[in-house]
Amino acid sequence: MSGIIGKKIGMMTVFEDGAAVPCTLIEAGPCVVTQIRTEEKDGYKAVQLGYGEKKEKRTSKALQGHFKKANTTPKRKLAEFKEFTTDFNLGDTIKVDDVFAEGEFLDVSGKTKGRGFQGVVKRHNFGGVGQTTHGQHNRQRHPGSIGACSYPARVFKGLKMAGRMGNTMVTIQNLKVVKVMADKNLIVVSGSVPGPKNSVVMLHK
Amino acid sequence: MSDLVREIEASLLPETNEIPDFKAGDTVNVHVRIKEGNKERIQVFQGAVIQRKNYGTTGETFTVRKISNGIGVERIFPILSPSIEKIEVLRKGKVRRAKLYYLRNKHGKAAKIKELKK
Repeated sequence: MSGIIGKKIGMMTVFEDGAAVPCTLIEAGPCVVTQIRTEEKDGYKAVQLGYGEKKEKRTSKALQGHFKKANTTPKRKLAEFKEFTTDFNLGDTIKVDDVFAEGEFLDVSGKTKGRGFQGVVKRHNFGGVGQTTHGQHNRQRHPGSIGACSYPARVFKGLKMAGRMGNTMVTIQNLKVVKVMADKNLIVVSGSVPGPKNSVVMLHK
Repeated sequence: MSDLVREIEASLLPETNEIPDFKAGDTVNVHVRIKEGNKERIQVFQGAVIQRKNYGTTGETFTVRKISNGIGVERIFPILSPSIEKIEVLRKGKVRRAKLYYLRNKHGKAAKIKELKK
């Protein structure tokens, strides 16, 4: 999937055919080609893109050399994208309108907000006990039974329980491109996108 | 909200006619564009404004309530909606609160809003 790296800026309302559509404003690109993966050398075809500025002293020596090879400054985020229709050279710049056009659909992946240790009601949409009377006390938001007794005599793997929630990579599919503003490197997509404001998101075609 | 979001949002907003000054308790005529196939016509919804929500933002909506054949009908309009042709203020009402939800529990003469006398 070809794509571009961007930064979530915020949400807004856009009117389309008389209906108010919630949209997300994303600063997408400009990205720099930092590496080209080829069939002969790496076994697959892809383009590695870099986005956002980073201080040189915060960059490891190994990465400094990597960016020097592409003749650019250190970048905040690197990501690989496959299936670009055009060929690129090291150090090429990719802008939003090179990849996306208005009316197309795209997938956006990003890291969700970390929610810490959460119970099953919030984390897995359990219903809770549902009663506060008839002998129920202090268990309104508990998970209930986690399995039978002598058979299987264990708790199944992967059972939904309380635990750390959020801070995971999530992809939202099929968001419509409402507007592309190439001069400002901005793209407006309908719907919401994972992560807080100013977080890095990957836009896939 | 960042300034950039506001700026871009404003540039994408459809052109709307001037919004008159009105608030909860006022009686208004809302001229709504309705599409039927290819044809477009205008329907007027008349009633009392019972609330203006999210005032001053692009997400602002207002609710108009009327009694139609003895049944209360409420319509919620986004204030910047391009389907609103115009809003006419017919009568200023004298009310003591911003959200007139209490009107839903009143009928007949009790649901009447007094006119504001200057």
